[in-house]
Amino acid sequence: MSNLQAPRGGGKEESGLRYPTNGKTIYHRPLNRAKAAELSGASFAYLFSEMVSYASKKIESIQDLEKRSMDPSFTHKTPYLTRFIASARLNVQGHPIGLKLLDLLLYREPARTQTRPLTIITLLHFIKINVWQHLFGQVADGLEKSSDPSKPDEYMIIDNEPLVNRYISVPRDMSQLNCAAYVAGIIEGVCDGSAFPARVTAHSVGKQEEGEMWPGRTVFLVKFAPEVMERESFLGKG
Amino acid sequence: MSASKAARSDLLNDGRIWKGRVDKVNAELVVLTYGTIVAQLCKDFDSDYLQVNKQLDKMGYNIGLRLIEDYLAKSNTMRRCSNFRETADMLAKVGFKIFLNITPMVTNWTSDNKQFSLVFEENPLADFVELPDDGRAQDELWYSNIFCGVLRGALEMVQMQVEAHFISDVLRGNDTTEMRVSLIRYIDDELPPEDD
Repeated sequence: MSNLQAPRGGGKEESGLRYPTNGKTIYHRPLNRAKAAELSGASFAYLFSEMVSYASKKIESIQDLEKRSMDPSFTHKTPYLTRFIASARLNVQGHPIGLKLLDLLLYREPARTQTRPLTIITLLHFIKINVWQHLFGQVADGLEKSSDPSKPDEYMIIDNEPLVNRYISVPRDMSQLNCAAYVAGIIEGVCDGSAFPARVTAHSVGKQEEGEMWPGRTVFLVKFAPEVMERESFLGKG
Repeated sequence: MSASKAARSDLLNDGRIWKGRVDKVNAELVVLTYGTIVAQLCKDFDSDYLQVNKQLDKMGYNIGLRLIEDYLAKSNTMRRCSNFRETADMLAKVGFKIFLNITPMVTNWTSDNKQFSLVFEENPLADFVELPDDGRAQDELWYSNIFCGVLRGALEMVQMQVEAHFISDVLRGNDTTEMRVSLIRYIDDELPPEDD
């Protein structure tokens, strides 16, 4: 009944893809196979550095950035648009990962906790704990609500030492670039996927003084869309 | 106390200490990151998969140029390979093991010992991957083409000019994933000539 046979012709439309005869397709692999697998950190660092340099080289126009801001799910203007396009591109690359990771991580939860996050707080906890633990092997260092009463839609996830930035030093003239924008994109994907549309940006807040404990400290600023705040306030009343 | 000291020096001697220290990350982080790179390239090049292959190879080459140093530091071999066959073995059993935790099989040597195949039983980069069903990707895209560039770059830094390309990939519906590697020449004349 529940055995998954070869996907060929098994459903809506006939797939045009060829599959190996020995059944080495993604459909035959347990989804949890690589759950706890580890790979060398160097491999990740190499890939990520290529990704960053590609993102910063490939900047030809501001177009793809604008396309993003026209996204109907995101109509409110943010001041961050004028920032570096490189971080926007990194963000864009992280986004689809977040969307898919959300499903994958929920699927791996025990059945009774498999529900999607329904409030901002559970969503942020899910990110701080599950997403972080999975990707970086530890939970995020902090989760705060903006202390500015005029910005109730802003939350901060804090990582003292983002894994992705471990081997990255940003040139002085690009000091606004934080390569953890990639991670911000992932967070944004998770938020969007759970129907909490948000814009997430990465900011370096570590002081560059000597003796500073966390020079790479990064804040991921999560700014939820107005409709999310509206819904949340209704939920709070009910 | 002295026992623990002895154990420690043992650890240092047989190199286990670096193995413990070697920094590891979640495999899926790497897989997803590679996936998003390829997806982005496909988008940027408008699904011109031949260009994507080229760009992946270029990225790999950049990685290879720097990776070789890391390889030399981590592998603790401290000596040159005496011939191309040995190079192939080290590459598969040490190089791939260190960086991807897999050991592809070295096979299909030509009689002049200048060409071999790497057959990948496992390919961590290809987890979760299915190529686009557009009738072209399976004929044109070599998803893991970055490997070719890495080999080319890394071996160039140790005076070997090689050419590498995939000839089959399970993602394309083939039964195996196989890469063909050919030695073009040794770049530096000082190297010992090939003997077998």
